[in-house]
Amino acid sequence: MTAATAHPAVSHLAATALRRHVRRSGRRRRLAAVGLTLPLVAYLLVFFVLPILGMLRLSVANDELATTLPETTALLRAWSGEGMPPEDVLAVLAREMRAAHAARTLARLAKRLNVESAGFRTLVLATGRNLPETPAGSWTETFLALDPEWGKPAIWGALRRAAAPWTDLYLLAALDLERGEQGEIRRVAPERAIYLGILGRTLWISFLVTAACLVLAYPLAYLLAGLPERYANPLLILVLLPFWTSLLVRSAAWIVLLQREGPINQILQGLRLVDQPLQLVFNRAGVLIAMTHVLLPFMVLPLYSVMRNIHPSYVRAAISLGASPWLAFRRIFLPLSVPGIAAGCLLVFILAIGYYITPALLGGADDQMISWFVAFFTLQTVNWGMAAALGTLLFAVTLALYALFARVVGVDRLRLG
Amino acid sequence: MHLAPGRFVLWSWAILVLAFLVLPLFVIVPLSLSSGAFLSFPLPGLSLRWYRELWQSELWWRAFVNSVVVGTAAMVIATVLGTAAAIGLELADFRFRRLLTGLLLSPMVVPVVIVATGVYFFYLRLGLTGSLLGLALAHAALGAPFVVVTVSATLAGFDRNLVRAGLSLGAGPWTVFRRIVLPLVAPGVVSGALFAFATSFDELVVAMFLTGPGQRTLPRQMFDGIRENISPTILAAATLLVLLAVALLFAAEGLRRRSLQLRGIRD
Repeated sequence: MTAATAHPAVSHLAATALRRHVRRSGRRRRLAAVGLTLPLVAYLLVFFVLPILGMLRLSVANDELATTLPETTALLRAWSGEGMPPEDVLAVLAREMRAAHAARTLARLAKRLNVESAGFRTLVLATGRNLPETPAGSWTETFLALDPEWGKPAIWGALRRAAAPWTDLYLLAALDLERGEQGEIRRVAPERAIYLGILGRTLWISFLVTAACLVLAYPLAYLLAGLPERYANPLLILVLLPFWTSLLVRSAAWIVLLQREGPINQILQGLRLVDQPLQLVFNRAGVLIAMTHVLLPFMVLPLYSVMRNIHPSYVRAAISLGASPWLAFRRIFLPLSVPGIAAGCLLVFILAIGYYITPALLGGADDQMISWFVAFFTLQTVNWGMAAALGTLLFAVTLALYALFARVVGVDRLRLG
Repeated sequence: MHLAPGRFVLWSWAILVLAFLVLPLFVIVPLSLSSGAFLSFPLPGLSLRWYRELWQSELWWRAFVNSVVVGTAAMVIATVLGTAAAIGLELADFRFRRLLTGLLLSPMVVPVVIVATGVYFFYLRLGLTGSLLGLALAHAALGAPFVVVTVSATLAGFDRNLVRAGLSLGAGPWTVFRRIVLPLVAPGVVSGALFAFATSFDELVVAMFLTGPGQRTLPRQMFDGIRENISPTILAAATLLVLLAVALLFAAEGLRRRSLQLRGIRD
């Protein structure tokens, strides 16, 4: 007697019970899944996502005026922006500037205003030092007497922009743009336009490295994929060895190899290929060679794993139908290996645009990539707005490429080794 | 054996590329054994003097100890959290699985300078800069994705019937986990742990942002040395690190094979 031949109501009851049971066990599994995944998700939120969000926020943060001169900030936000602000606003400004000078907090504001226009730093610091407690005549006259710059619209425009809750100053600057007197967006003067060039250089170096990796890796992966595993595996280990080796060891090795008295120049001179030793390091050539070396395994491995799964019978079928080996490769094997090419190229490119150490050690001043400038602004000049803006730019490019990778290749292919 | 011209070109190319990958790592070995101070061939003679200098340098020892401490702490955190997350991902077919995997693996691709800058600003507020603990916490986030990847790889093709069989024979869920699941994923866990340790052990950018002279790590010590003037002492340290890489690589490869064997996949 089975459930199917029983009374319909009974079988219905059994089905409901079964369904409930399945649902309950499904729920328990989901709960276990969430419970096991959650700790890492939470950890990454705190030590990875949150810090990055904080950096993104810093690229538009504009709190220097609000923290140094809070009342003035509120008044400036409400002010129409024509001419000089009215007496009562100037009185508050004078009081708060004197207090900030006494508390030594004016320097931070002066630095922020100096980003708007060079010279405002001295203007603000000198005024803060010399402001009297009571005005000589009106406050307007007092300010003008301290420095006639206070009569010009530029400083008031800068103060009003510094009073806004957010600023696009740094993000615009990262794209070689700025706001004009009327608040319109315009290109910065050519001698100050450096960041687009740095971004372009970063993308160009990454492109060249990706292309070099593909050219070097494709034939190697093709050969390995056609070998029996007992031969392919030891050779793959050779590909993996640099991958496990410290980046600094590899950089040091390349500096030693490529330097003027190094083995490569010795060989080239010994073979009489060159008369003078070539300058191969501390320039673009050194960066490209070392970055290609470091990133090559990330190209070989995805190519190999895709090619390994291309069944040889496809190519054999094409050849038995009269195609030449080259035609069979071009029309059958190459298109089937495209997923591997896409995975490898995207991965190498994504990793390359964030490179910092290798160019810093093997490049010259004109070979530094965007990461170098993020570090420079954070650690050397303490211009956090600019560091965060360049970081945001780099992050946006990376995120777009990662999204493309996830769509085209799939995140589960993100296996390194 | 007869080789077609095409095969010959292919083999030559492959050998050249493999040489390009591996030879630079071994060029430094003879130079580190040189008795002279110049980094060029031919060597004036062989000696272990640079290794002795390394051994006797307090700076290098302290950097080494710091790196081991940070690497171990980061490895433990990353391995525990990463293993749990990988098993969780495997159990779930919830809708956000792809998105979640994308998030969990993103530390592998986000430029490390962005993480370093973000964590630096974050730690300034928490007062965690200049501490080995802070560095280890940040490194754990960078290493965890590798654990997720390696454990997920051992779980792929995991035969759920083994779990059902265990349960149907009367074992509790904990026993099933301990006696069946854990032994099967163990190679993935250990090789993920190695990855996480190596990631931290070799990490420089975050370390540069977060630590001062008191928490100097091995990569930092190498970096400063390379920037000033590469001495044979640095090459001696580099040689030891290459040996470590070889050891790690063979350990990881051995674990991969063991995992394939355990799961009955013939290699």
